[in-house]
Amino acid sequence: MAKKKTIDFQALLNDVDALFPTYQALDQDGNVVDESLVPDLSDHELVELMSQMVWSRVLDQRSTALNRQGRLGFFAPTAGQEASQLASHFAFEKEDVLLPAYRDVPQLVKHGLPLYQAFLWSRGHVVGNEYDDDLQALPPQIIIGAQYVQAAGVALGLKKRGKNNVVFTYTGDGGSSQGDFYEAINFAGSYKANGVFYVQNNGFAISMPREHQTAATTIAQKAVAAGIPGIQVDGMDPFAVYTVSKLAREWAANGNGPVLIETVTYRYGAHTLSGDDPTRYRSKELDDEWQKKDPLIRFRNYLENKGLWSEEKEEEIMENARQEIKDAIAEADKVPKQKVTDFLKNMFKEQPQNIQEQIKFYEAKESK
Amino acid sequence: MAQKTMIQAITDALAVELEKDKDVLVFGEDVGLNGGVFRATADLQDKFGEEQVFDTPLAESGIMGLSFGLALEGYRAVPEIQFFGFVFEAMDEIVGQIARTRYRMGGTRNLPITLRAPFGGGVHTPELHSDNLEGMIAQAPGIRVVIPSNPYDAKGLLISSIRSNDPVVYLEHMKLYRSFREEVPDGEYEVPLDKAGIAREGNDITIVTYGAMVRESLKAAENLEKDNISAEIIDLRTVSPVDMETIIASVEKTNRVIVVQEAQKQAGVAAKISSDIAEKAILSLEAPIGRVSAPDTVFPFGQAEGIWLPNATDVEEKAREIVNF
Repeated sequence: MAKKKTIDFQALLNDVDALFPTYQALDQDGNVVDESLVPDLSDHELVELMSQMVWSRVLDQRSTALNRQGRLGFFAPTAGQEASQLASHFAFEKEDVLLPAYRDVPQLVKHGLPLYQAFLWSRGHVVGNEYDDDLQALPPQIIIGAQYVQAAGVALGLKKRGKNNVVFTYTGDGGSSQGDFYEAINFAGSYKANGVFYVQNNGFAISMPREHQTAATTIAQKAVAAGIPGIQVDGMDPFAVYTVSKLAREWAANGNGPVLIETVTYRYGAHTLSGDDPTRYRSKELDDEWQKKDPLIRFRNYLENKGLWSEEKEEEIMENARQEIKDAIAEADKVPKQKVTDFLKNMFKEQPQNIQEQIKFYEAKESK
Repeated sequence: MAQKTMIQAITDALAVELEKDKDVLVFGEDVGLNGGVFRATADLQDKFGEEQVFDTPLAESGIMGLSFGLALEGYRAVPEIQFFGFVFEAMDEIVGQIARTRYRMGGTRNLPITLRAPFGGGVHTPELHSDNLEGMIAQAPGIRVVIPSNPYDAKGLLISSIRSNDPVVYLEHMKLYRSFREEVPDGEYEVPLDKAGIAREGNDITIVTYGAMVRESLKAAENLEKDNISAEIIDLRTVSPVDMETIIASVEKTNRVIVVQEAQKQAGVAAKISSDIAEKAILSLEAPIGRVSAPDTVFPFGQAEGIWLPNATDVEEKAREIVNF
């Protein structure tokens, strides 16, 4: 007689998957599908959040154009990710610490980075990274996942200081494969530190589809291994993203430890404008399918139904955004060129001999 | 004052700083209850509590990322990497992130982090424990590499490192941990960073070295003295950036120089120093610049260390060769 099967491996996988539904509040048309996830925001705040998302869409469009004109440098498109980026950011406080990745410039600006500095960062100018003391953020991170382990440290620091603030950080679905991703959530979990960790799953790590990134059905379930809560949320739904973020922030700020949030979203554009061509790895059909889920459409419908939004209102926001961008570019243009002597002075707080010597050399060279 | 080993001096320095500044945090794998695998942090958790002295999960990149974040929040992080051979796991956080954050942010942020780690050969550790990787970190701008050669300096340099607002990689040679004792003052004192020490004064040849090779060079100098060859020994103490002023002044006095390192010959600290001497003092030289180093292989298996590692005899022979050139 065959021995009885004692472990059903498929059932083990199914059990885990069942724990990670996709939280959604608004459907594609802006109808409420889960009242419990509708945020407790005033009309004014709702309009403000929508305005930020429209602003971000304009920033994406204008940054793309400015990049093509040679007036900006590095740019990672954000269109499609407005709910994932701005509705998550909306749940945090100014004193919370933001550790962004290279695509998270909209959140940085809304966290307090002057727009002209964001443009200078894009152009490769150090002034773009000279953050005021009260700007609780780091410049956009380039190395995938590096900001995650740093966030674990900030989270522990906030806890040690007894603050009710949190650190929040972002990476992509590709970033969830990095060792640093796991080390960070594991460290923060082990210390029950004040952190909210986002994975913006936009379907592709440059060209690698999400399905090939990991055998896990959701990225949220990677939280299980760290012993922390993990949540998958519809990243095109500003209400679900905001509510989940707000609850996660409260959980972490109250000393319960970190939360991992996977936002399922999509970037309409290329990975970056530095040579990526998404038509090599994505179909028009897929793009069209995601356009139907656009976060602006569903939020606009919702607000219009409540009499809080109009075409004129949106046009006004867009016009203001275009003017703000124009002014910021003009301001960025006025910033003096960089000097190697300043670079040398920034290497160390206390300058060693080699640096002192080289400062003298470049002072002479730069005064010619 | 008490006679202390180097590891006791290191523990002492940590205790002084933990006591003086509650924002100093000492952490790493096994550093708490266990006091570190070499006991460098022995009893510190008992004295200062788990808030200041604590264990971390086992992950080097995580430890260094934790240090980055804690420093950003205003703490003085003193992480331990259990063996420096494990540093590859944390290279992005150390060289890619910590070393360049001040520069990246235009001097608007400092990261006061002192990474401590045991390193160096001669104690028969398993593979990938002992490597002399200081040259690799020395290649990176923005981070100091400090290597003491004796208990007095170990304490003073560690205190200076922890108080520095710049990041430091502080490397402790395993062979020096318990091999001898010397007078170490109680309480606080600093040995300045970026400043080499003269371990022995002399007139006929300059020996530039650091870490365990200072001891070997001192032995070599005693033998050379018997033949009336007077060697001046410069102990670098900070191997990146290097105090070239002290080296050049000595070379201009003795007109002969050898550079001694335990690490492999290719690239590294001795190569940098040799080229700087050639650049700045070639007309003072009456002989080629000599170098003593390990061969260009991967760090050896334990039983081969005796022949692989440079020693006092190698230093003595190279010094005689240069003096008699």
